[in-house]
Amino acid sequence: MERITPLLWLLFSAGGTVAALLFPVHFFLTGLAFPLGWLEAPSYEFLHRLLTHPVTRLYLFFLISLPLFHWAHRFRYTLYDGLQLKHLTALIAVLCYGAALAGTAMTAYLLWVIS
Amino acid sequence: MSADPHYTLYHPRWYRRRVSVWWWLQKRSYTAFVLRELTSVFVAFFAVVYLWQLRALTQGPEAYGQFLARLTTPLFLALDTVAFLFVLFHAITWFNLTPKAMVVRLRGKRVPDWLILSLNYAAWLVLSGAVAFVLLRE
Amino acid sequence: MPSSVVLTVARYRPERESEPTFQTYEIPFRKDWVVLDALNHVKDSLDGSLSFRWSCRMGVCGSCGMKVNGTPKLTCATFLSDYMLGPIRVEPLDYFPVVRDLVVDLTDFMRKLKQVKPWIIRKEEPPGEGEYLQTPDQLDAYKQFSMCINCMLCYSACPIYGLEPSFIGPAAIALAQRYNMDSRDQGAAERLKILSEHDGMWQCTFVGECTKVCPKHVDPAGAIQQYKLTGATNWVKSLLLPWGTR
Repeated sequence: MERITPLLWLLFSAGGTVAALLFPVHFFLTGLAFPLGWLEAPSYEFLHRLLTHPVTRLYLFFLISLPLFHWAHRFRYTLYDGLQLKHLTALIAVLCYGAALAGTAMTAYLLWVIS
Repeated sequence: MSADPHYTLYHPRWYRRRVSVWWWLQKRSYTAFVLRELTSVFVAFFAVVYLWQLRALTQGPEAYGQFLARLTTPLFLALDTVAFLFVLFHAITWFNLTPKAMVVRLRGKRVPDWLILSLNYAAWLVLSGAVAFVLLRE
Repeated sequence: MPSSVVLTVARYRPERESEPTFQTYEIPFRKDWVVLDALNHVKDSLDGSLSFRWSCRMGVCGSCGMKVNGTPKLTCATFLSDYMLGPIRVEPLDYFPVVRDLVVDLTDFMRKLKQVKPWIIRKEEPPGEGEYLQTPDQLDAYKQFSMCINCMLCYSACPIYGLEPSFIGPAAIALAQRYNMDSRDQGAAERLKILSEHDGMWQCTFVGECTKVCPKHVDPAGAIQQYKLTGATNWVKSLLLPWGTR
């Protein structure tokens, strides 16, 4: 586990940066502005057309997967330190990174099959 | 006097205080730290929402319509508001900490913290504008 | 300006109690007194049994670290006038075993400082005779981290050290960085190996309390995050260029 800690930290940092720079605007639009009608939500056809570009697919892949790894790393340490769950450390690590990997795999699959 | 440095006949009984599981409530800065760390949960929440949207987009226009409708329910609006505030908190604390971790030296002198900070916020504005432009283009 | 202030001091006498207690003393309030002066007044005039460490009384030796109203401070640099209304609570530093009253055991801290090999490591002697030459910019690269006075306030502020006593801690990592960034040193790879272990720098979650309490503005939190970045870049380099790492 120690050998890949630098990698996990890099993923955490990259995810944190993506989340900090891009999530506020995406979240504001998708979570608040569109549902509340302040701004017009994009139509299915428009988004579908956007998704045919490989650049969009790459962008979305990193937009979703990196923040998941950010959460996994940070939440794992929060549980370990905050709740002092030291005896469960291996289980927590597997669950957190496993969930992030699952999310990443699902994202990759969806972006691959969308036509 | 014994030759073994670890043994003393009259070793005093040291007092070791146990750290309470509520350690993070005992100091304001500790609580702020834990809240900062918990922003990751809301970051993950939104990543999952976007994953859900992606799945809806692969399933067709009705699924996407259902997704949009779900987001207008009071439950999701409440969740989204709380989560959005936490995501903002994450962004601001993240930018404030970046100059500490990223020390850039140009020609031997360290680039000042306020400059790194301003560049981060500038990038934030530019990228947010670009994303909004793309998504609102219709 | 009040004429006196109350000091609530933690007492622990292992020979007759199993838990620390508090004892209050009323001491004269002087505008120019620091908490250390108050403690010395107690020891000289009120209660000679009070035990505490101090030495230089001017903020350079690092001996008088204690908790004042819950915050780790150098008692020789904490003025009574900031706590005029009192009572002023003085306790030993957190997360260290209490030997007696306000005295804590330093063994763990001392051991960890040595672990990071805090000396100039050279692979070969420098060419030529005389001393190492260093430009002001080269000095500037590590000077901040060299200001540490080993007062242990950062360990007392770090919740990670409290939760995981095997964590090597902020001062030790800042000390390692002090040598890593020194242009005369060639031991960065050795130290990186030590600090990449389980209880090394990766345990740190950037709480930042250590930097907040440091009386010499060493910024150990910054040192640790910079070191993490160095460690991560080194890891990537070793992956991509397995033959080329120092």
